[in-house]
Amino acid sequence: MSREFGAALVAEIPRLRRYARALTGDAARADDLVQDCLERAWSRLHLFRAGSALRPWLFSILHNLHANAARAFSRTPPGVDLDPDALGEAVAPAHDVQIELGELERALHRLPEEQRAVLLLVGLEQLSYQEAAEVLGVPIGTVMSRLSRARERLRGLLGGVEGPRLRRVK
Amino acid sequence: MNRRPVSEADLHAWLDGELPPARRLEVDAWLAEQPEAAARLRAYAEIDHGLHVLYDDVLAEPVPARLRAAATAAPPRRRAAGWARAAAAAGWLLLGGVAGWSGHTWIGPDGIGGVSELEVAHEALAAHVVYVPEVRHPVEVEAAQGAHLAAWLSKRMGHPIRPPALEVLGFQLLGGRLLPDGSGQPAAQFMYQDATGHRLTLYVTRCDDVRETAFRFTSRDGLDAFYWADGVLNYALVGDIGREALEGAAHEVYRQLEL
Repeated sequence: MSREFGAALVAEIPRLRRYARALTGDAARADDLVQDCLERAWSRLHLFRAGSALRPWLFSILHNLHANAARAFSRTPPGVDLDPDALGEAVAPAHDVQIELGELERALHRLPEEQRAVLLLVGLEQLSYQEAAEVLGVPIGTVMSRLSRARERLRGLLGGVEGPRLRRVK
Repeated sequence: MNRRPVSEADLHAWLDGELPPARRLEVDAWLAEQPEAAARLRAYAEIDHGLHVLYDDVLAEPVPARLRAAATAAPPRRRAAGWARAAAAAGWLLLGGVAGWSGHTWIGPDGIGGVSELEVAHEALAAHVVYVPEVRHPVEVEAAQGAHLAAWLSKRMGHPIRPPALEVLGFQLLGGRLLPDGSGQPAAQFMYQDATGHRLTLYVTRCDDVRETAFRFTSRDGLDAFYWADGVLNYALVGDIGREALEGAAHEVYRQLEL
């Protein structure tokens, strides 16, 4: 069983790295997080229910590790959404609706942690609401309200009622 | 036509493919009449698309070697912290939600144990084959003489040693015996039996240095063994009760010996 488990873990690495990269915005920190996640997965192998989906389980481990690390650096009480409107006021609405990817990335990291995680799990990793709720350990209604706030906040930060049109600037 | 009002949650669920088909059609129809909401949804979709443009490159990157290693090889077992051991002693870890404290309940990859541990496992398998079929004298000292058994084996091994209790798994201790290990040093074998006559043996030898390893698994001729090193002792638990059951028993042995 352990060899199959190792192979299954290897197959999940790219997805874990993508999520961790987007969550942290830092390639080295993201890979540290993934490494911790893989090691934790081994130590919790006995808790993994055979036949259940591996990916949400791994995301939940990664999420918990990240939340614990973030808590150590932040005085923000865990599980409490920041006032989303308080964040936007520092940002003048963009006159140009055409936004750059860099703007999207900066805006993403202005979101409260909880909102960013939900948006990435659903919008990027395409987990179902139910799976995202399990990963984050919150009710499905909380997933939906955070998702709604995250998208609306990003739309505001990107200054587009019409919607941002992305162009790649690198 | 009586349509339910479209909520904010409906819009996101529409975008995320979470709506049942019938409701999706209703929202489609509503959106056709609500250009502002439709534009907002397009903006949300653009954001999702932008996230993919930003981060999908990561999927194509080569997997770093350290991550591949972490995925395929279990890490070295972490030593129980003092408080964790104290908690285990207090029996907290037997409570449901935390059954099996994670620090010492993981399995290493098959067959990647140190050579010496694997040799111990093979000795254990051989000793199991020799003594388990014994009906009249499976053990030298019977379990009824529990204190004597522990004292005798401890003295001969030169290290305190006692047989773990496996009643919780349905196995009664039959007793123990002393054997020469592969290098002629004393080794202890404890034997257990369940109600159906299945027998387990726990084989214990001294190691030369202080080490800790993961649980490893090996198998020979239909007989399975989990083996590990902890401190100055090597352990191997042998039986033919199925790998999962044997793994559970190995965890239980480890847990008790850790106390």
